[in-house]
Amino acid sequence: MTAYLLKRLAIGILTLLFASVVVFAVLEVVPGDPARLMLGMNATEDAVQALREQMGLNLPLVTRYVTWLAAFATGDFGRSLTYSVPVIDLVAERLVVSLPLALLALALSTVIAIPAGLFAAARRGRFADTATMGLAQVGVAIPNFWLALLLVYVFAVWLRLVPAGGFPGWGNGFWAGIKALLMPAVALALPQAAILARVTRSALIEVLGEDYIRTARAKGLPRRRVLWRHALRNALIPVLTIMGLQFAFLLAGTIIIENVFYLPGLGRLLFQAITQRDLIVVESVIMLLVAAVIVVNVLVDLSYAAVDPRLRTRR
Amino acid sequence: MTTTTPDEAENWQALAVKALKNRSFLLGLVITLLVALMALVSFFWTPFDVTDLPVTNRMQPPTAEHWFGTDHFGRDIFSMIMVGARNSIAVAFVAVAIGMGLGVPLGCWAAARRGWVDEALMRFNDVIFAFPALLSAVMITAIFGPGAINAIIAIGIFNVPVFARVARAGALSIWPREYILAARASGKNATQITVEHILPNIASILLVQGTIQFALGILAEAGLSYVGFGAQPPMPSWGRMLFEAQTRMIIAPHMAIFPGLAIVVTVLGLNLLGDGLRDLLDPKTRRER
Repeated sequence: MTAYLLKRLAIGILTLLFASVVVFAVLEVVPGDPARLMLGMNATEDAVQALREQMGLNLPLVTRYVTWLAAFATGDFGRSLTYSVPVIDLVAERLVVSLPLALLALALSTVIAIPAGLFAAARRGRFADTATMGLAQVGVAIPNFWLALLLVYVFAVWLRLVPAGGFPGWGNGFWAGIKALLMPAVALALPQAAILARVTRSALIEVLGEDYIRTARAKGLPRRRVLWRHALRNALIPVLTIMGLQFAFLLAGTIIIENVFYLPGLGRLLFQAITQRDLIVVESVIMLLVAAVIVVNVLVDLSYAAVDPRLRTRR
Repeated sequence: MTTTTPDEAENWQALAVKALKNRSFLLGLVITLLVALMALVSFFWTPFDVTDLPVTNRMQPPTAEHWFGTDHFGRDIFSMIMVGARNSIAVAFVAVAIGMGLGVPLGCWAAARRGWVDEALMRFNDVIFAFPALLSAVMITAIFGPGAINAIIAIGIFNVPVFARVARAGALSIWPREYILAARASGKNATQITVEHILPNIASILLVQGTIQFALGILAEAGLSYVGFGAQPPMPSWGRMLFEAQTRMIIAPHMAIFPGLAIVVTVLGLNLLGDGLRDLLDPKTRRER
């Protein structure tokens, strides 16, 4: 057990290190002279030289990488070129929008997908199963940003139930904030839920064929209890794995969806930074998102041990 | 090896019969062929010229003349969807080719060598998996500016570990077989065995995965061109059409509805095709039924 946890942790750290090399290489080495790229061709040589100094571009490559990584790890992301404030402040300001959005979408998709998967698996081969999975098949094919556009049209333009976009800030009350995030979260959650429901169903069907399920039924446990207690618990590992892998797409989706709803989150920050060629911001946000993906997947791996007792006893 | 023995012909016939009974496969195949046909036809005929901008005719709702209506420049949306199909198909196809071209050899190599090569490959996969196509595209765009090539590279890179994993898992299940042992005993090296025995045996799972990645590629391309990282105007693309529709939703909802439907139908068709192919070709799911 400890060996398993330590190995996963070590692999996670290694992946993080490699990923940081990739981000650094693409954004700081490939451009040749990032300072020139950021300031454009019309900038004076003095200005470019000053930025080179500020970014430490005159130092040897390895020193630059190590300094950057060490600073990043301690939360020092550098100063934004366009906003002239520490990048960490910009990120923190945007994270209070993006993170709740991603979590809300994740919660919604889980709450929809797991019961739907259970429902279909329990009625395998019958009409209810075919209908649910048909719906899921369509759901998988729907781009979340298109769904978002349709939701805006129906609920904001047509029914006028929710705002079409924008974010009032958490200062105006918790519910006002949630209300602004609800529609984007639904748009993100539904296509994800479709995938998750399919995985839940097939994992459950596999488990339902096991001997211990027959035993549980034979000793007189009610169907519902067998399904929720015994089957679902055992089917959770593939479901968790897919949720972990989906997290990367959820983050990417969040970035795109923020643009549909004009939400001031990390996605908006990223796109503004690209237009303004603020590589320092781009680098920090990308590294942060990549790190989030890796950390979540390590956590998923670690959670296997909590879900599956067999993993706990195996060494 | 290429001559068809009576036995093989019978197998093909059995497969064809099964294929005709598989609704998912048939529906998927029909949709996929229709979309491909639409893209092909668009090279020499579209109902209207998409480079023509009859601005007086802008944002017309669907009529008998313009089936899907017109956009903010007066262009026929049906024609634009036809031309846009080319872009979606081309990007997704090349991205799958990149993924297969690099991923399959890597996966086969890892399975043949095992040990540290295998371990290194899996770690390499972990790293790439942490970069969804959108993040790669953001980085490429930040350095080189926007363009259709970015979308291809970003999606293609993400496809590499997917195919590497599938090829590795498939190859690992073939290696312990007896006929591989026989091939080794007759003096064939790992490369020969991989080419002659492993690849033909994993071809069907690669085909299924290829179909799924193709569908995902179309979705990813739409997302990238929606945020402006994909095909640049005036080249029509489904994602861009949705972007242009966004601010005009109130007056012209049809501008958003039809390109979106094109994406959904295409992706649905490919996914159905993939599911059908899996049922037909994968012995494991065949047994389950």
